[in-house]
Amino acid sequence: MASPPGELSGSDMVRGHRLRERRMASSTEQRRVPVLIIGAGIGGLLAAWRMERAGFRDFTLIELERSVGGNSRHGENAVSRYPLGAHYLPLPTREALAVRELLADLGVLQGDPHAARPNYDETMLCHEPQERLHINGLWQEGLWPRLGVAAAERDQYTRFLDRMAQFREAKDGQGRRAFALPAALSSNEPRWRELDRITMRQWLLDNGFDSPHLHWYVNYACRDDYGTRHAETSAWAGIHYFACRNGEAANAAGDSVLTAPEGNGWIVRRLAPRYADRTVTGAMAIALAQGAASGANRRAASADFFLEDENRVVRYEAQQIVWAAPLFVLPHVAPELPADLVAAARGGDYAPWLVANLTLRQPPHSGAGAPLSWDNVLHGSPALGYIVATHQRIATAPGPTVLTYYHALSAEPPQRARERLRDTPREVWARDVLADLGRAHPEIGGLTTRLDVFRHGHAMIRPLPGTLWSAARQRLAQGWESVHFAHADVSGMSLFEEAAYRGVRAAEHAMRRLGVGFGQPLG
Amino acid sequence: MAEVAPGAADSRRLQFALLASVFVVAACGLAYELIAGALASYLLGDSVTQFSTIIGAYLFAMGVGSWLSKFVTRDLIGTFIKIELAVGVIGGFAAAGLFVAFAAQAGPFRVLLYGAVFVVGVLVGLEIPLVMRILKHDIAFNELVARVLSFDYLGALAVSILFPLLLAPHLGLVRTGFLFGLLNAAVALWALWLFRERLARRTGLRLAGATTVVVLAGGLAGAGHLTTVAEGWIYADDIIHAENTPYQRIVVTRWHDDVRLFLNQNLQFSSRDEYRYHEALVHPGLAGVAHARRVLVLGGGDGFAVREVLKYPNIEAVTLVDLDPAMTRLFSTASLLRELNGDALNSPKLKTVNADAVRWLEDNEDLFDFIVVDFPDPSSYSLGKLYSAPFYRLLARHLAPHGRLVVQATSPFYARRSYWTVVATLEDAGLRTAPYHALVPSFGEWGFILASREAYQPPEAYAVPLRFLTAPTTAAMFDFPADMARVETEVNRLSNQVLVRTFESEWRHVVR
Ligand SMILES: Cc1cc2nc3c(=O)[nH]c(=O)nc-3n(C[C@H](O)[C@H](O)[C@H](O)COP(=O)(O)OP(=O)(O)OC[C@H]3O[C@@H](n4cnc5c(N)ncnc54)[C@H](O)[C@@H]3O)c2cc1C
Repeated sequence: MASPPGELSGSDMVRGHRLRERRMASSTEQRRVPVLIIGAGIGGLLAAWRMERAGFRDFTLIELERSVGGNSRHGENAVSRYPLGAHYLPLPTREALAVRELLADLGVLQGDPHAARPNYDETMLCHEPQERLHINGLWQEGLWPRLGVAAAERDQYTRFLDRMAQFREAKDGQGRRAFALPAALSSNEPRWRELDRITMRQWLLDNGFDSPHLHWYVNYACRDDYGTRHAETSAWAGIHYFACRNGEAANAAGDSVLTAPEGNGWIVRRLAPRYADRTVTGAMAIALAQGAASGANRRAASADFFLEDENRVVRYEAQQIVWAAPLFVLPHVAPELPADLVAAARGGDYAPWLVANLTLRQPPHSGAGAPLSWDNVLHGSPALGYIVATHQRIATAPGPTVLTYYHALSAEPPQRARERLRDTPREVWARDVLADLGRAHPEIGGLTTRLDVFRHGHAMIRPLPGTLWSAARQRLAQGWESVHFAHADVSGMSLFEEAAYRGVRAAEHAMRRLGVGFGQPLG
Repeated sequence: MAEVAPGAADSRRLQFALLASVFVVAACGLAYELIAGALASYLLGDSVTQFSTIIGAYLFAMGVGSWLSKFVTRDLIGTFIKIELAVGVIGGFAAAGLFVAFAAQAGPFRVLLYGAVFVVGVLVGLEIPLVMRILKHDIAFNELVARVLSFDYLGALAVSILFPLLLAPHLGLVRTGFLFGLLNAAVALWALWLFRERLARRTGLRLAGATTVVVLAGGLAGAGHLTTVAEGWIYADDIIHAENTPYQRIVVTRWHDDVRLFLNQNLQFSSRDEYRYHEALVHPGLAGVAHARRVLVLGGGDGFAVREVLKYPNIEAVTLVDLDPAMTRLFSTASLLRELNGDALNSPKLKTVNADAVRWLEDNEDLFDFIVVDFPDPSSYSLGKLYSAPFYRLLARHLAPHGRLVVQATSPFYARRSYWTVVATLEDAGLRTAPYHALVPSFGEWGFILASREAYQPPEAYAVPLRFLTAPTTAAMFDFPADMARVETEVNRLSNQVLVRTFESEWRHVVR
């Protein structure tokens, strides 16, 4: 009744179920292509980027949804562009070669891409004020709770951050960082990998950290980055969040992030047109098979796609395939997938997310304590707060805006949360979102002219204890003969840098198999 | 509860009436909050802190009210009516009372302000829980919460649309206050009528209700007069024009031959010495650009900078970009103001654009030989962006090859670090700077910065008629005495906004 108008949409809420139905349909057309990329999220797009950078253009990029970008897609209305998923990229670490080269290619990292402290395009660096927290009825700058927090707890913050700084500097005898990003470049020494056996919460308690506000913060970080509570997140992943980032900039502080009104959608928006002539959207992979390998006369691998608009199936034959769709889909489409890969792919557990975009007539009243920031978090909320799409705008007077509200459904088991996500009507979400934000912004209901809800059923893989440094993970990294996996799932952590690393690496594997030269590897 | 359960049809009517009153009550609640916030930023300046602390105090008070509601155990309806009347009177008179108190300097203004906000907040906080409890026997709890909250939102929606569009600009804050006071009183009277059967002591309530309505109506009728009188006290001078626009409050005063412009209570100029400011802003830069044909003025809707620019016969086209059409309309139509700005805004050489300067610069490719940047001081994060390196880079894209721009950059005396931060920022944007300062008695020692791709030489002579500047004194303006000399500062980046922080801490120490 009082809920503002809007749309309910999302990825894989219905389509997945169609997968099994379509498997039986036979193809009506065959197409041939040297390299096929399946899935055009960051992983798939970066695979395409890597090949084109090596001068190799003979690939086709196939995407299930109507638009490319996967979890980094965005929406747009008359007021602003806004994210539907990923919204920022921290300054790349020293070892994130692919991300650095990509940002240099896009003109955002200026000068030598591998410089210790490069210059970044200032309009893309998040403008001040970056983040604030609503706690005890007031806003404060920054997300570490300070208002009404006892000194003893704040001492624990300091001790915790010191520990994280040590982890950030830590290296093994071979010079590998304890917590690198991409994670695969981290040291394999047991003293660190053992941390994958316990939860982040356990690690805190084992190390004498019992401050409730510290736990809130670390839990918030795990929910925000992994959609998983700190009582379930692997301690290796939890520490990785705090310890991996060592990127610096000549013209900004180290904790700056790159963002745009459309979140990470700006990268998709810049890359997608380059491959538009070789991209097919609205096409769902429903079958995947290896070709029979017989000496020099190798038969190509193949993949079947259901074309939604044409309501028919086409078969692509390719010498190399880059699988950049989520890994849990694999066992459903590849009947010949070896048992160990089936087990590894099935082992993944996925967190569901809800993203609501609220279009507002004008920005909400800033409230008391700290001014409206890019990221605004509410202490005690089941959700993660909201970001402001027009934050990066320079204007002489404030105007309408879009707030993107994030909610990782981490409070209950993923399967149950997924069902709730699927079955709850938009009006109910809208009411919940407005009620949650209403605690800090009583006028929000009146300001909101539109509230669009976007659901990610399998938003991100959950880095549970034992999942990161396991045999299954190593197996996934090797791929399946001429099929190379290029999704962040391969890393077990859903991060832009991981998706980029996996995409670039899969492309390099494929090119190596084809005998295409590509210079210095980036993956 | 003492009340007797009513029949079904009766109950439905009652429910409807109470939900309608939730709508009104929510509307009134938000209105008082907006009025207090707007009044505070209007009277105390548009500081972010002012506005946000009001809302914080108000929300806190509402929380206190909700909590207090549990102590109301008997006579829910009677209490609800009393609270409505109290909110009506206190909320209704708050704006007028505060305004008069500020103008008459009666008592510590902030204490009164937050006191009023707190009391109204507590009373408003009591309302909704009471309504919910009155209704809880008739409606299932889930339904109840959903319905009450929906009407709560709807009420807030109505006011948040009406307030900026209609109420604040057309009625003004004081009248709007009285109007919502009357609405609260109306809810009380309605409830009184609806529950006439169930209330014990009606006569007292009726009398109180009638008195409230009369008093508030009287206030509404006298509001215009009251505002004029009170503003007269504030400004000390005669107000010859006052207007609320969607962007700001414009007030023009006159005392003998001194005409002054205030935007949101901040002095913009005094006609006694504005020529010093505007000559200093325009001529040191423009006099040396002999080839100048096209000039851009950003901000400065009063037309004074344009007046100075038009003194040069070589100038063929001036573009003035000012956000507020009310400003440029006022200064191009009011005869007294047209006299002051030499009717500059009606010059055939001038093109006036009412748009956001940044949007306009982004959407436009025009080049200019001289650009005047006369924005308000960087007192908020959004204004701070207009003093950032990316903004200056955007400006530089509109600078003709030998063009030059000038920026008003607050006081190098009161806000020394701020001033030199702007210099460092212009330099970071790849421009060469020539900082200078001039004494404008109304403002004190004021700072300006010239920037271009070339080195700057002060003019050896001025060819146009001037009252303040001479060539020798101009050369001296580029000298900074020790207490204003350059200090090392950071660059004002969007990702650090150091200028806003510096500016705020520097001006906080200045008692003007
Ligand atoms: C709400 C949310 C917020 C996030 N915020 C951030 C952030 O701020 N920063 C950050 O670094 N990371 C963030 N992430 C993580 C994000 O997942 C990664 O940054 C990155 O976008 C992952 O890319 P990917 O290519 O690995 O996966 P995906 O984005 O999942 O891409 C897979 C693609 O495959 C397609 N596909 C699936 N099935 C099929 C099929 N059968 N046939 C064909 N195509 C198929 C999908 O439609 C999709 O386009 C966020 C994620 C979510 C959900």
